[in-house]
Amino acid sequence: MIERAFRGTIGYWLWLCFLSALALAGFISYLRQLDMGLGITGMGRDVSWGIYIANFTFFVGIAASSVVVILPYYLHDYKKFGNLTILGEFLAVTSVIVAILFILVDLGMPSRVLNVLIYPSPSSLLFWDMVVLTGYLILNIIIGWWSFDARVKEIEPPVWIKPLVYISIPWAISIHTVTAFIYSGLSAKPFWQTALLAPRFLASAFASGPSVLIILCFILRRWLGFNMEKDGIKKIIVIVTYALAIHIFFMLAEIYTLLYSDLPSHRSHLEFLFSGVPGNRFLIPWTWGSTVGSIIAFILFLMSCQKRDNLIIFASLITVFSIWLEKGFCLVIGGFIPTPFEEYPKYVPTIFEVLITLGIYATGGIILTILYKTVVSFRQSK
Amino acid sequence: MNRRDFLKITGILAIGAVSHQTAMILSSSEVKADQNKKKRWAMAISFSACVKREGCRDCIDACHIIHNVPEFTDNKDKIRWIWSSPYESVFGEQANTFTKVMLKNLSVLCMCNHCENPPCVKVCPTKATWKNKDGIIMIDYHRCIGCRYCMAACPYGARSFNWKDPKPFIKEINRDFPARTKGVVEKCNFCEERISQGLLPACVEACPEKALTFGDLNDPGSDISRLLKTRFSIQRKPHLGTDPKVFYLF
Repeated sequence: MIERAFRGTIGYWLWLCFLSALALAGFISYLRQLDMGLGITGMGRDVSWGIYIANFTFFVGIAASSVVVILPYYLHDYKKFGNLTILGEFLAVTSVIVAILFILVDLGMPSRVLNVLIYPSPSSLLFWDMVVLTGYLILNIIIGWWSFDARVKEIEPPVWIKPLVYISIPWAISIHTVTAFIYSGLSAKPFWQTALLAPRFLASAFASGPSVLIILCFILRRWLGFNMEKDGIKKIIVIVTYALAIHIFFMLAEIYTLLYSDLPSHRSHLEFLFSGVPGNRFLIPWTWGSTVGSIIAFILFLMSCQKRDNLIIFASLITVFSIWLEKGFCLVIGGFIPTPFEEYPKYVPTIFEVLITLGIYATGGIILTILYKTVVSFRQSK
Repeated sequence: MNRRDFLKITGILAIGAVSHQTAMILSSSEVKADQNKKKRWAMAISFSACVKREGCRDCIDACHIIHNVPEFTDNKDKIRWIWSSPYESVFGEQANTFTKVMLKNLSVLCMCNHCENPPCVKVCPTKATWKNKDGIIMIDYHRCIGCRYCMAACPYGARSFNWKDPKPFIKEINRDFPARTKGVVEKCNFCEERISQGLLPACVEACPEKALTFGDLNDPGSDISRLLKTRFSIQRKPHLGTDPKVFYLF
């Protein structure tokens, strides 16, 4: 079945070459990081987690959000999500792999990563994160592959798939909850210490993940002539709109609590993000961009009932970008500034850090391209 | 299963659970009694003695030399086991407008607090950092995977990461103490290697003003216990419930 991925047009191969070149550049940069240490990144003693962990958080969200198509399709028998579900499952597989890669490149001693298994530590949320992410990856590979296989052969999927699907639904929620708990359980970081973090993560994931799916659907249609169920896409847009509304509401609730309660240790992070301190205002454009972006995207999605495709693609792009900024960049880095010593350090990713990040994106791109190519060429041969 | 059997089984289970809990409570009180005999190392730093010599860094140098702590020039790579920071940034949440002015020039000596409830220990995914039976928070440099979760979890900024290979930045390597590699976390160990030989921590010994007092909190007759009973002391961020072992005396 996978052999279909190795027969394609010149454009397809050029695309894969481009991704491979990017992945190679990332890999070479990573070799340099292995040799020199994490000192070649922009991270330092004060901002000790940067865009690697930010991206990890974001991609766990994308992985979890596949539940948005899986749940209606399997639990409510919503057949219009048929093709979308396969795409959603493969997107989840790819995103989990990408998230795990981001954790790996962030480790100072990647050769010792198996210590997490050799000395299991149930008191650590990172240990649980490893457990739920690995489990979710395996679940999605099995479910995605076997249900796709059944479709190809035009037979009913095996009976044992159903219970796995039922397990995978709460499991999807758990991966993003555990990711939020990594942050919200730390007494040292007042900005992260909010019970709303896990719900917020889920709401923003259910907006950004399906937005990625919408973009991918339009790409598949534009370049490969792969037509998705129209009603399915419409439904996804409704889901994204609601998720964005809840995300914005949660964000405002958080801002109110931080501002009105007026606790200096909590408020200082928010103030730094939105207005900076003298001499250090580097996060302001990103914070505002992300906040305003999600509001604009919400309005655009509300207007998208006019069925203008370009508008929908634009709104989806803004959603993905603004949530990437909010959940990744602003939340992770904003949590470290000010430091416990009330200092305001700067964090700027270095070229190596950016290349490694792009390399991981490209690796995810290769996996996703091959998986989607298999799906598309099967559908077209029918 | 009939009703009788069911009741029998639940009854046995209930008794089992209760006796198990009682055993737990009894054993925990035994542990408490044991703890009284255990050492609880702590440090008291006297502000008034420490300020006597302006710009003195004898304790910092002594510590960093014997522990092979590298001297990085770039601020973001800095590794510190013991260091000094302005009063206002160390005790920001406890300071008021008057103390901020009064203690404007006070440099506060900081190090790992060796918390009774260490937030760093519970987040470690490999048990590479743990609390010794005498209360010292230890790190296994050979097990640490360098995820830096402990750094994010420490409310005192006491942990440092080796962003680069430290060896070229160590002036003279002390062969009696392990030098670290790039990619692992390190911090003050209360001179565990010296205490086990009956010596005082290097910083305590190095201080020309005897501003640092080190000893066992569980020994009511120790210098530190007597000092803390008679003089007013504060801790860093006590509201976090970590119970720091570094006290500051006025």
